[in-house]
Order: sequence, then C-alpha cells, then structure tokens
Amino acid sequence: MTHTGASWIFEPGFFSSGPVHLALIVGATTACVSGVSGIFTVVRGQSFAGHAFSDIGAAGGSAAFLLGTSPLFGFVVMNLVAAGGMDLIGVQRRRSRDVATGVVLGAALGLAALFLYLGTTSSSTTGATISVLFGDIFALPPSIVPVIVILSVLSVGVSLVLYRPLILSSLSPDLSTARGVPLRLTGVGFLASLALAVSLSAITIGAILSTALLIGPAATAVRITRRTGFAILFAILIAAFTTWLGVLLAYDSYYWTPSHRAWPVSFFIVSLIFMLYVAVEVVTGRVRASPKNGEPGETT
Amino acid sequence: MTHPPETGPEEILRVEAVRVVLSGRLIIDDVSFTCLGGEFVGLIGSNGAGKTTLMRVILGLVRPAAGRILVAGEPRSRRNPLIGYVPQKINLDPDVPMRARDLVGLGLDGHRFGPPWPSAKRAARVDEMIEAVDATGFADSRVGSLSGGEQQRIMIAHALISRPRLLLLDEPLANLDISSEREVVKLVASIAARHKVAVVVSTHDMNPLLTVMSRVVYVAAGRVASGTTDEVVTTRTLSRLYGHDVDVIDVNGRVLVVAGRENEGLHHHEYDNGEPPP
Repeated sequence: MTHTGASWIFEPGFFSSGPVHLALIVGATTACVSGVSGIFTVVRGQSFAGHAFSDIGAAGGSAAFLLGTSPLFGFVVMNLVAAGGMDLIGVQRRRSRDVATGVVLGAALGLAALFLYLGTTSSSTTGATISVLFGDIFALPPSIVPVIVILSVLSVGVSLVLYRPLILSSLSPDLSTARGVPLRLTGVGFLASLALAVSLSAITIGAILSTALLIGPAATAVRITRRTGFAILFAILIAAFTTWLGVLLAYDSYYWTPSHRAWPVSFFIVSLIFMLYVAVEVVTGRVRASPKNGEPGETT
Repeated sequence: MTHPPETGPEEILRVEAVRVVLSGRLIIDDVSFTCLGGEFVGLIGSNGAGKTTLMRVILGLVRPAAGRILVAGEPRSRRNPLIGYVPQKINLDPDVPMRARDLVGLGLDGHRFGPPWPSAKRAARVDEMIEAVDATGFADSRVGSLSGGEQQRIMIAHALISRPRLLLLDEPLANLDISSEREVVKLVASIAARHKVAVVVSTHDMNPLLTVMSRVVYVAAGRVASGTTDEVVTTRTLSRLYGHDVDVIDVNGRVLVVAGRENEGLHHHEYDNGEPPP
C-alpha cells in the first residue's frame, strides 16, 4: 500500500470509526474541564489534592467494576465523598491541608488494592485493572456521553461561578473573609469541581494518569501567559490538542507497529503533554535566563 | 471674608473598652483609642503582643468579649466597604498567572461571583491606583515574581481602590530592605494625607514611623497606651503599661525601649532595632 498526503497521517477508517468519534467527543469535553480546573489548581496550590483524587478515584473505579457498573460512576461518587472528607479533616487550612489529603489518599489506595484484587480474582476478564487504572477510551459505551457532558458543565460551571472568590481566598483567608467571601463554601465548591474534573479525566486516560491531564496542560499554559483567563484558554487548547493527537496516534499505531497491536491512548496523550511541557519550558526558560527584561515573549 | 465652618477631621475609628479572649486566654483588655481621617496611626508592640488580634477585631474577624468598635460612627461589621486591609503576606507562587494589575482590580470586585469582566471604567480606575502607588513599572509583571516592597505597593492599591475610609496594614515593613521600607512608609503617609484616610500600621519597630506618625497606639501586656509619640513613648507611660520599669532611650533620633535596671533578667523586644542596649 502506498501512502500519499493526509493518508499518511490518518490511517484508513479513522474518520468513519464510531469508537474514534466517541473518543474525540469525550476527549474534547474533558479537555475543557481539566483546563479550567487545572489552572485553578495551580493558582490555589492544590495539585496534591488533584493527585489524591486520581488515586482515590482508582478505588471508586475498581469498586464500580466489582459491582458491575461504569467506572465513571465509581470515580465520581468516591471523589465527591473524598472531597467531603478532606474538607472535614481540614483541607482549607494551608498547613494541615497536605496532611489531611495524605490521610484520605492512603486509606483510599488501600481500598483500591482490595477491590482490584477481588475484581481480578473473581472474574475471568483481566482487563479491569488496566482499564480502571490506565483508561480505555475506545471501549466507552456511547450512552456515557450525556453523563460526561452534564458532569463537565457542572464542574466548569462551579469553577467559573467561584472564579474571583477562589483567587481572593487563596491569596489571604483573612482578607477574603473580611471582604465577605464565604471561605469554606468556596473551598468545598472548588474541591467538588476538582473531584469531578479528575473523575472525567480518569475515564479518558485512566485513574492513575488523570493528574497528568489536569496538571500538565495547566503547567504548560502558565508558562506561556501571565493572564488567568488566557491561561485557562491555553490549558483547554493544549489538553484538547494532546488528547486528539493521542487518539489519532493510538489509532494509527495499530497499522504502524509490526505486530499490529495498538498502543494505549493514555501513553500517547501523557507523552505529548510531557513533551509539550518540556519544549515550552526550554523556550521560556532560555528567555527568562536572559538579563531582566520583564519576561518577553509572554502574552500580556 | 467668610470661611466655611471648621468641622475638623471626622472620627473614622473608635475602639471602646475592647477585651478579647481567645480559647480561654485573655489577649487584650480594656483597649480604647480613636483615629481621625488623615491620621497616620502606628500600632506598636512586640511580636505576640496582640497587634494582629486587634486588627482582626477591627476587621470583624474576631468577636470581642467586651467593648465595641465603631467605624465612621457605625458598629463594625464584616464586609465593611469602609475598611481596606493589607495582610502581612499573600500566598502566591511565582508561576501563578496573574498580573499585578489584575490583583489591583480584584480589590474592586474580587468578592463577587464569576470571572472579572473588563470595562474601560474598571481599567481606568486600576490605572489610576497603579499610578497612585507608583507601580506603573511593574503593573504587567506576575504578582508572584515581584519583590516584597513591590507586592506591598500592589496590595495597598488593591486595598485602596474601593475608596475605604480606614486602611489597615499588618506589619507592612516586615521582610523589607531599608530602602523599600522608607518608600512604603512615605507612600502610606502621603495616602493618609491626600485621600484623608485613617491609616493604621502595625509594626514591632516604631523607628521607621517616628517621623510620620500622628498617633501611637502602643500595645504591651494586653493593654494599650495611645496618644502622640511624645506622650506615649516615655519612660513613665511605658513603664506603667508594661507593669514594670522600662527605659526609653533616644539614640540619634531613634528610640530604644529597654528593660529598667531592676528587670535586667526580663526579655523584651528592643533588640529588634538592631542595636544592643547600652
């Protein structure tokens, strides 16, 4: 077979494949969510909480598999419960925040170990561990799309409504309380929004890798711009670009690899995110190392 | 020739017989003082004397066990637009995507829901404040990348943009080098005079403020003495406040407060000035 032009890039059947369409829709939706949530996670310095949700989600996803329901259901329920737990233990106070997160995270990982063990030993399908932990976007049922869209709108909506209070309360709790910002409500609202974002990211690239989609594009975006709104926009674009390209590469890899075994989508997405981050870091790092000139090249 | 009637500056802050008890411990007791518009008030005391607690009471973050606080004649409440507040420190990583001017704008509407919407009016107001605190040169830099003195300027603009009558600054000089310390003091003094704002600045070292303070509120041993510098910073007043003998010593125009002869074993804060007691 000879390849010409675009057919080199898009292997046969890419545009007509149902699972590919689904993967692109889910990928774009979750990109929007993780872009918004990711930037606020960076602004508030809560990436550890984001990481905790990905591990906690693993427990929920594996429990859902054990019960025979969709992993997404498990991710969402478990992460929302964990968000409540973190709030009760005192995640709002900066100093005790990491400790509280760590305690909840440890407990959840223990549950994940149990559920995955029970899941893999009680059924003949060994794919549970892989699909919960590392994702299986091509195997999603089409009926999941409306659920994903609704959860995405919820997560993005909460973050956007709390936009200014989230920034103000992360600067100084006293200052924002004096200004009348409900500190606890703002914090809990963000945790819930983050819990949903990580759950959606988990269904796309797997529970363990979900932090990569949350933090990676955001970390790259904040290097490019110093405006919060633009950073959110760039993070969304980076997440969408890497997810779509990852889906394409994973699809193509079936044809490109000698054994015709497609490589996981998650691998491609996470690698692309990482390479983009390193590239931007190298470029902006070199600019910054030059004599103090107010970070040129940035979008202001 | 007729002059308008002399009303004098308005009383902006009245603290009346305030007592604060935190988890069973008496922090400050029977604290009373007033501030007028345009006054520069130094809230002086060693670390842990209760300065921050007093500020939090004025802000409405701590409920006093006794006494009352009036701001421009009204009982103080949370979300009081008449009070501007500059916390000692803001938590912000260097790579947080937010420009200094964005932070100033949040002083106007940061407590509201939703993302900020740009408007010509809002931008003009932000520009005006940035100019007022002489921050034009770094208004487009990331807040997290600014020096301590630059961040103080931006936070002052943030607090001032909503046009408060009372401006509270919690240890604004902590962690500043000497030249930015001078600049911040000069800036705050000019704001008090120009905008007729009552400014309360807390500090453990009164020396940078000596030339600009119109009133001293000295906190020690849970009580305060208030008045002009000459009235308060004397051996007699401060000895009575501390409850034991202290000496107030003038060293080339700077003031040192040291333990009196009989109390040499007691530790005080006077070494903060960087000069050993004679």
